[in-house]
This record gives sequence, C-alpha cells and structure tokens, in this order.
Amino acid sequence: MHPTSQTFKANASAALHDAALQRALKNLKSGFPGKRAAAIAKLPEFDALRDAGRDLKNHVLEHLDFYLERFEAQVTAQGGQVHWARDAAEANRIVLDICRAVEARTVTKGKSMVSEEIGLNDFLAANGIEPIETDLGEYIIQLRHEHPSHIIAPAIHLNRDQVADAFHAHHGQYGFTERNENPRALMSEARQVLRQRFLNADVGITGANFCVAETGTTVIVTNEGNGDLTQILPRVHIVLASIEKIAPTLEDVSTFLRLLSRSATGQEITVYTTFSSGPRRPEDVDGPEQFHVVLLDNGRSGMLGGEFQDMLRCIRCSACLNHCPVYGAIGGHAYGWVYPGPMGSVLTPQLIGVDIAGALPNASTFCGRCEDVCPMRIPLPAMMRHWREREFERHLSPAGFRFGLRAWAFFAQRPKLYQSVTRIAARVLRWLGGRNGRIKSLPLAHGWTAWRDLPTPQGQTFQQQWAARQEKRS
Amino acid sequence: MMKENPSAGSPASKPRVGLFVTCLVDLFRPTVGFAAVKLLEDAGCVVEVPTAQSCCGQPAYNSGDRAAARALARQLIAAFEPFDYVVAPSGSCGGMIKHHYPHLFDDDPAWQARAERLSAKTFELVSFLTDVLGVEQVEARYTGVVTYHDSCSGLRELRIKHQPRRLLASVEGLSLREMEEAEVCCGFGGTFCVKYPELSNRMVGEKAARIVASGADTLLAGDMGCLLNMAGKLQREGATVRVRHVAEVLAGMTDVPAIGEPG
Repeated sequence: MHPTSQTFKANASAALHDAALQRALKNLKSGFPGKRAAAIAKLPEFDALRDAGRDLKNHVLEHLDFYLERFEAQVTAQGGQVHWARDAAEANRIVLDICRAVEARTVTKGKSMVSEEIGLNDFLAANGIEPIETDLGEYIIQLRHEHPSHIIAPAIHLNRDQVADAFHAHHGQYGFTERNENPRALMSEARQVLRQRFLNADVGITGANFCVAETGTTVIVTNEGNGDLTQILPRVHIVLASIEKIAPTLEDVSTFLRLLSRSATGQEITVYTTFSSGPRRPEDVDGPEQFHVVLLDNGRSGMLGGEFQDMLRCIRCSACLNHCPVYGAIGGHAYGWVYPGPMGSVLTPQLIGVDIAGALPNASTFCGRCEDVCPMRIPLPAMMRHWREREFERHLSPAGFRFGLRAWAFFAQRPKLYQSVTRIAARVLRWLGGRNGRIKSLPLAHGWTAWRDLPTPQGQTFQQQWAARQEKRS
Repeated sequence: MMKENPSAGSPASKPRVGLFVTCLVDLFRPTVGFAAVKLLEDAGCVVEVPTAQSCCGQPAYNSGDRAAARALARQLIAAFEPFDYVVAPSGSCGGMIKHHYPHLFDDDPAWQARAERLSAKTFELVSFLTDVLGVEQVEARYTGVVTYHDSCSGLRELRIKHQPRRLLASVEGLSLREMEEAEVCCGFGGTFCVKYPELSNRMVGEKAARIVASGADTLLAGDMGCLLNMAGKLQREGATVRVRHVAEVLAGMTDVPAIGEPG
C-alpha cells in the first residue's frame, strides 16, 4: 500500500470536510467507548488482568526466540509448516508459492491486518490469483477498492447508503438487481454471494490473534463466522501472523481474550473463537489438507530491546482508536497507511520510516486517553514523544518551528531576561486587545486566531505584581 | 477563611510552599497566582515565589527537544529544592514535574535523584489542598451555575477528578452542572493547537458545544492553556459563558473580569 502519511495535514483537512465520513464517525463515537465501559464495569478485576497481560507479554518479548522456535516445533509436529518472512516481499512470495503449488485460482480471506501491511491482495491479483475478502466490512471496502479505516471495523467510515450503492453496483451479476438499504437484507445478500465463493476457493488465508507456543495452535476471534468457513472449506489454510503474536500457553490465551474482546467491542467474548492446530487428521470430519503459518518480522525484531519494544505488546483491540479525539475527528484513512490512530502513530514510523510518517506522532494533544484504555498498558504518548525526539535529532521537524522553540528556550533559561520580555509581551498583547479583553486576529498566531479569539493578559505579569507586593510588605 | 486547617499550628510547623506560577498564569492571568497564594496561606502555608522560574519545559519536552527540556528542568529543580512542597495551579505543569522530570534524567543518576525528590513533593494546587492538607471546604461565594472541564494531564496523570468538585460544593451560591464528555480533550495540546489548528479547532468546537449545552453560565477548569483555548472559542462563537480558573472561584477572587472579558 502506497503511504500518504506525508500529507497527513491535508488528508486530515479533507476528512474534516467530508460530510459522509463525518456522519459515519458519529456512529463510532457513540458505539465502542460506551460498550467497553459497560463491559469493564462488570469485571472488577479488569485492571489486575491488564497488569497480568502486560507482564505476560513482556515475558514473551524477553524470550521471543525461545517461544517462536517452540511454536514452530509444535506446528511441524502436527503436520503443519512454518515459514519465516523477513519482510513484506518475502511474505508475499511465500504465500504465492503455496498458492501456485496447488494451482489456486481464487483465495478467500479472513480479516487480517498483516495482509494489509504486506499488500497481499494487490500482489496476488497482479499474479493472476483472485483474493476474496469474506469479513463483511472487508468485503464492502474491497468492492469499493478501499483499504480499512479501522483495525477491527474496516468499513466504519461508510454509511448504509454507501454500502447499498456498492452492492447495487456489483451484485447485479448474481441476480440482485434491486438496490436495498435494509441492513438485514444487505447482510443476507452478501452471505449468498460469498457462499459460492467460499465453496470454490482453493486456498483460505486468515490472520492470527495469537500463536500458542505450547500447542502450535493459531487463534482467531471473529463475530461473523467467515473465518471458520475461510479456513475449513479450502484444501489449504495459510495463517499470516507477525512474530509478536505469541502466547506461551492456552491458559495465557484466555487472559488475553478476556482483555481483547472487552476492550474492542465491549463483548465478554466474541461470537467465534477458533483454534487451529495443524491440517486435517484422519479422524477429523473436516479441515484443510495443508496448514501453513507465515511468520512476519517486517521491522519488529528491530524494536526489541529499544524504546519501542512496549509497542509489541499490542493485541490490536482498537480501544486507542475508539477513544482518540483525533481519530474520532478524521477517521483512519487520513493517517495514510495501514495502522491508524494512536497505535498506528507509534507503529507506522517504525514500519515505513519516520521521514515518511513523522506527522503522525505529532498529531496528538497527549491527552492520554489511549494509554488510559490500553488493555496492555502501552505508554502510547511516551512513545509518540520518542518519535518526536528522533525527528528533532534528525532535523526533520520544520525549520521555523525549531527556530521558534530554540528562541523561546533561550529566554526561558534566563529567568530575569525572560521576565522582562514577558512584561513587555503582556503589555503589548493587552494593548492589541484594546477594551475587548481579547484579540480577534494576530498575524503571528494565525493558527490560533483563525478560529478562536485570544484572551489578552490582565496587564502586569504575576512576577511584576508579586515583586511590588513584596516590596510593600517589607 | 478555611474551616479545616490542620497545618495552622505554630509558625514553625507551617509548611513552606514554593509556588510555581507557570508561564501562562504569569503572563495571562496573574489573578490565578494570587488566588493560589491566598488558598495556600489560608490553609496555613508559608508561600514563596522564587524569581528564578519561567517554564517547566513541557513545550520543549513534547516537541522532542530533550536538551532544552533538561536545561529547564535543572533550573526549576535547583530553584524549588529548598521548599517543603512545590505547588502549581496547573495539572499539566504539575504532571510534567511529577511524572516526566525523573524520566528526563534516565542517564544521569545524580540529577535523577534530585528530580525524584522534587517529584515527591510537587502537587497541583487543588489536589494539594485536598489530598495533602485535608482541606474539605472553602469560604467563598459565587452566584452561578458552573460546569467543570477535566483537563487531560490533571485527570489522567494526577487523577484529579473529585477534588475540585468537592471544594466547589462548599462555595456558597454555586451549583455544578456537569457537561457531557467532560473528560474529553479540549484540543489545546500545547504546540498541537498551532501545529494542527484545524484539528484543534474541531476539538474545541465540540467542547464549546458541550459547554453551552450544559446550560451552565460559567466554565471552570484547572489549567490556563485549556481555559484560554475554550474561552477563545466560546467568545468567537458569541457564547455568553464566563470562563475562569477554578482557583479564582475557590479563593473568592471573582471581582476581576473573567478570561477574555472586557475590562
């Protein structure tokens, strides 16, 4: 996926003026946060679970090599195969080779952000294999040639009428000639179209929420059941997972699951929690003939041992997106790459470069809601600040801004000089405001006064008045 | 003025408080500084204002300029070390000193130790009055319906939520009417508001709508940055809501014009 994070500011501006998007975003704000709060209110030990989840993942990251090898051994022991992919190109090549070996023409896909990260759909299509998204949201945006705008609700930027339009434009060939806006009817239409595609697919590709080292099991959580049909019906099941998805044991998975579903959708548990352990055994009634797991690094091992390691604890619940006032104002596409919101603002610079994605960690007020709701207690604002430090060190921040900051810091480090400057500033601003008590327009502060008045200082600075008062007292 | 006054014993036992005025209060709203002094003195503190202070360094810290942030932190630490307590009428600056100063010196053990000692005795004004001094009520009058915005740093770094509300409940003539989403950011964010003005405007626009919808005639909060932002937006939109720092109301110092009001 070609990133557009460089033009974040313009993307954000366009998003703010996109009436349909703004309408859709209202649903997000009124939905997820309330459901999460209600679910957590019913679980008094939620904060203790967060501590446990954090500690568990920290332990995994300290011993990631051990657990990954253990996972591979267990997958192999069950007749499956693990493939190691250093980057997106390697991962795509591995998937293509597996597909070609079975002469696959169509591939069904469960929801997978890693597949977005490596740009798998475009790669497969370019190589003559048709990828079919089966998660309803993913299916809708595939019809519209879009990318997900949210990591668990990929089509959250759309309204019902836009879905109806997309179906109406594409489903005529399957006999659905009437435009329908009823949600139930739309769902049934998608189900009927997808059914035949499930049955015809040669390969099914899913992501993994967890890879269990103890048993060589991969786990997905879904609400639609499409994941199960994707991985059970075709002859070959390929799991795409990034290396940090390890959970040591099944018991540990249950800790993560309790955190994940509540933080994501406010559910106590998702409708489907599917465990996949190797290909079909002789005694099994169904399942794939081949079971492959592609483990993707793509820059993650470089985060180990550094200031961004904590980010690898992320379990992709989307709570940080759902509670972020910036995400809530502009949606996910403005961020310009695969992962939006606070988690994306930390991860994207690592995965595609801070010179491309540097605007993202700056687009935060550091209001701290993301860290407050993160089930894995990831210090997201602190890590966005680390990116700003990298940018500052590398002189990537704008020259004018750096100059202003330097000038201000020069004075601030000289309190006497600083106070004489502020005395003058207070008087000048006061004078500019006249009798109104506020300034309507100030050329140097256009970013402020374009939309707000600037209240003027009361007159003398506090230090000035305090000095006078002390003199009077003595 | 204070009814509860646990520390007001002999002068020798009075805690010595260094007031960190904060740059925005110093420049824009000295009344807040004097209100802080009054509240602290009424609660039995001896208040001093070191002249060797300017800014806590947060703008530099959040812009990635660690060197400048450290220089400002060292200056503040040196100026305030002698006091029993450091108090700031701001959750944002208080949070900077309390939570972020120690991290600024991760590779400098000597300064880190000094930063940690200062951190332990640094408080935001209202939480210092309530949580440390045990003040439960103030003797002040304010006729009006107020709504309270929870500034992000105060709320999420210092867990300030019920403290200002508890003290406001003791103000005669005042009633509190909560707005919706009082805990959502107003869009100020320091340099954010000038780096991303359109986004900031959206956020403060929504905040202003919540404030007006609450039906309150006065907006209070504990941080000047947020207050300037919200006051500027409310006034640009022609809203008649008055905007004040919570300390002004608690200290009964509301005879001066509200923020951004003529006078």
